[in-house]
Amino acid sequence: MAEIELRRIEKSYGETAVVKGVSLSIRDGEFLTLVGPSGCGKSTLLRIIAGLEAQDSGEVMVAGRCVDDKRPKERDVAMVFQSYALYPHLSVFDNVALPLRTRRLSFAQRLPFVGRAVPGRGGIEKVIRAEVEQAASMLDIAHLLHRKPGQLSGGQRQRVALGRAMVRHPAVFLMDEPLSNLDAKLRVQMRAEITALHRRLGVTFVYVTHDQAEAMTMSDRVAVMTAGELLQVGQPEQLYRDPQDLRVAEMIGSPKINVVSCDHWISLGASLPPGIDGNTTHLAFRPEAVGIAASGDRRLNGVVTSVENLGSDIFLNVALADGCGAVVVRTHPDISRSEPGRPVGLQIDPASLLQFDGAGMRLRQAEQVEAAA
Amino acid sequence: MKTPDQDRQRRVDAKASFAKRSGEHGVGWLAVSPALLLLVGLLFGPAAAVVLFSLTDWQLGSFTFHFIGVANFRALFTDPTFWKALTNTLVYAAIVVPGTVLLGLVVALLIEASPGLRGFYRAAHFLPVMSTMSAMAIVWGTMLHPTIGLVNRGLGAVGISGVNWLRDERTALLALALIGIWQGLGFAMVLFVSGLKAVPQQLYDAAAIDGADGVLDRLRFVTLPMLGPVTMFVVILTAKRSFEVFDSVRVLTQGGPNYASEVLLHRLYTESFDFLRMGYGAALTVIYLAIIVLLTLTQARLLERRVHYS
Ligand SMILES: Nc1ncnc2c1ncn2[C@@H]1O[C@H](COP(=O)(O)OP(=O)(O)O)[C@@H](O)[C@H]1O
Ligand SMILES: [Mg+2]
Repeated sequence: MAEIELRRIEKSYGETAVVKGVSLSIRDGEFLTLVGPSGCGKSTLLRIIAGLEAQDSGEVMVAGRCVDDKRPKERDVAMVFQSYALYPHLSVFDNVALPLRTRRLSFAQRLPFVGRAVPGRGGIEKVIRAEVEQAASMLDIAHLLHRKPGQLSGGQRQRVALGRAMVRHPAVFLMDEPLSNLDAKLRVQMRAEITALHRRLGVTFVYVTHDQAEAMTMSDRVAVMTAGELLQVGQPEQLYRDPQDLRVAEMIGSPKINVVSCDHWISLGASLPPGIDGNTTHLAFRPEAVGIAASGDRRLNGVVTSVENLGSDIFLNVALADGCGAVVVRTHPDISRSEPGRPVGLQIDPASLLQFDGAGMRLRQAEQVEAAA
Repeated sequence: MKTPDQDRQRRVDAKASFAKRSGEHGVGWLAVSPALLLLVGLLFGPAAAVVLFSLTDWQLGSFTFHFIGVANFRALFTDPTFWKALTNTLVYAAIVVPGTVLLGLVVALLIEASPGLRGFYRAAHFLPVMSTMSAMAIVWGTMLHPTIGLVNRGLGAVGISGVNWLRDERTALLALALIGIWQGLGFAMVLFVSGLKAVPQQLYDAAAIDGADGVLDRLRFVTLPMLGPVTMFVVILTAKRSFEVFDSVRVLTQGGPNYASEVLLHRLYTESFDFLRMGYGAALTVIYLAIIVLLTLTQARLLERRVHYS
């Protein structure tokens, strides 16, 4: 059992506030992803949970107990790093065995060379060997145990790092962009393997990434962070359909959500949808909420600038008139109006329009508030 | 079944590719020729000349010489001062290399751990590296002076009576070795400090999480392994420099007393330019070069395999 509770965590480096009062509850056994642009403080927050960095104020609770005065090794957490951080001079076996050895062997038993002669070591080493081999076979690296990290591919190193993290059955897994050094294909494959590992181990995972696709595909819940603050925490589809903040809407989803300001909307001669909140300054809609129609009065009109055919879908980039921005439209391949240069009208589903005020906060129409409640 | 046509075509292709390849070779040789000329002119040429001289009885200033075969080498190997110089050089290196590496590493770790030592770091870097050894040797000569020297006065202050460091057979070589360590320390330390800066923080983090967070564990699992390549460089550099020790010996002891601090390069110099026996000196040089080459090759082999982890 290891739920994690962060209470008003703050951290500054010199004058720069990096984490600004973050509170977050992570449930036991949950896969929670921290997502946000690079430099927003995700790694810092993760390192605070791990105990590698001390917060300036606030509390970290693991399994209901405050761990602020505990060292990293006493917190029952394991961490996987972006650079893998394997010990280059140790074999894969010794890398994976190290967390067990530091915990189970006495100081004398761990001494180089003479440690072997200390009584009791043999039995402990036998148990350690069995556990390392079990973890290795689970990760499919049993045949690599005698190699050095320098002789492994990126994907294999990542597995070794996972093995080193899971071998002592920690209550919490912390992962800091573990896939960003891998090539695209391997990254997709490892996503699936990490979620499978999570299901199998059933322990709490806190996963940091700047890649919204990883966050969306892997997580039970996603916490969106920018500039040291949490914007919204929720299930992936909730963040996608029902973002609280324009920045969340823009960060989640690929291609990005379309945003058109009300001023542009009006200057283009399109009629604003009925029942719109008076404070709305921006309207946003997903590429799949737009259809292509003939250009006409009272709707957004533009010109197709490029066509991206992905086979299953086609994305049309449409430039709005008078430099009022651009809109991405998702259509099906069998719809023919898709060559660049063609003037088109946009038919937007009014139910999927999202309204935001000048500060980027979401505004809801009366029936949406009811539905959300 | 090959047709004659295909056969002919293959021969033509082969010829064309041969012409192309030899053309590429030509360009290649042209490209390396400046470096090659310098190498031959400045390194291989003189080395060959030395080997040639070592087979003659040439004396500096004389206009004639005779080839006398390996007589110089025979004389060398039966000369006890040569063996004394060789042993002394090895002893000197055996003190200076580990001394410089260990002290340099310890000082670098201290500096890394406490930013207050930065000033010391700068002084230690610039002083010995920037000043010529012969000038500094004179300073050391005064420091080690038996009566007015700082060292013996300091020892006297705590009740130890010092010896005449550079004139005593028991201490002359040791004193020179300590000066050698002092001289190489700054540079070794600078290399270690830069090596420490390159150790990735994530490795220390991983060690902290894995429970290897004590000072000794961090050293054993992260710092020292990551310093492997730098250490190899420092060892090779210091070893070479110890085999080349000359100026401090020349200025402070001239190899004495009673050859107690005689070293290879100083012997070479004395034979060639004090006694003008160029042939004999050349034979010594050949031995010296052979040792240096052997040293470089074995060190590179041995250490490279251990420190690059692949
Ligand atoms: N040790 C440090 N000293 C000073 N600034 C730091 C340090 N670590 C991180 N920062 C700064 O804090 C901010 C957040 O860093 P980080 O948590 O690594 O962001 P992320 O992981 O989201 O990319 C960055 O602007 C970074 O420059
Ligand atoms: Mg980061």
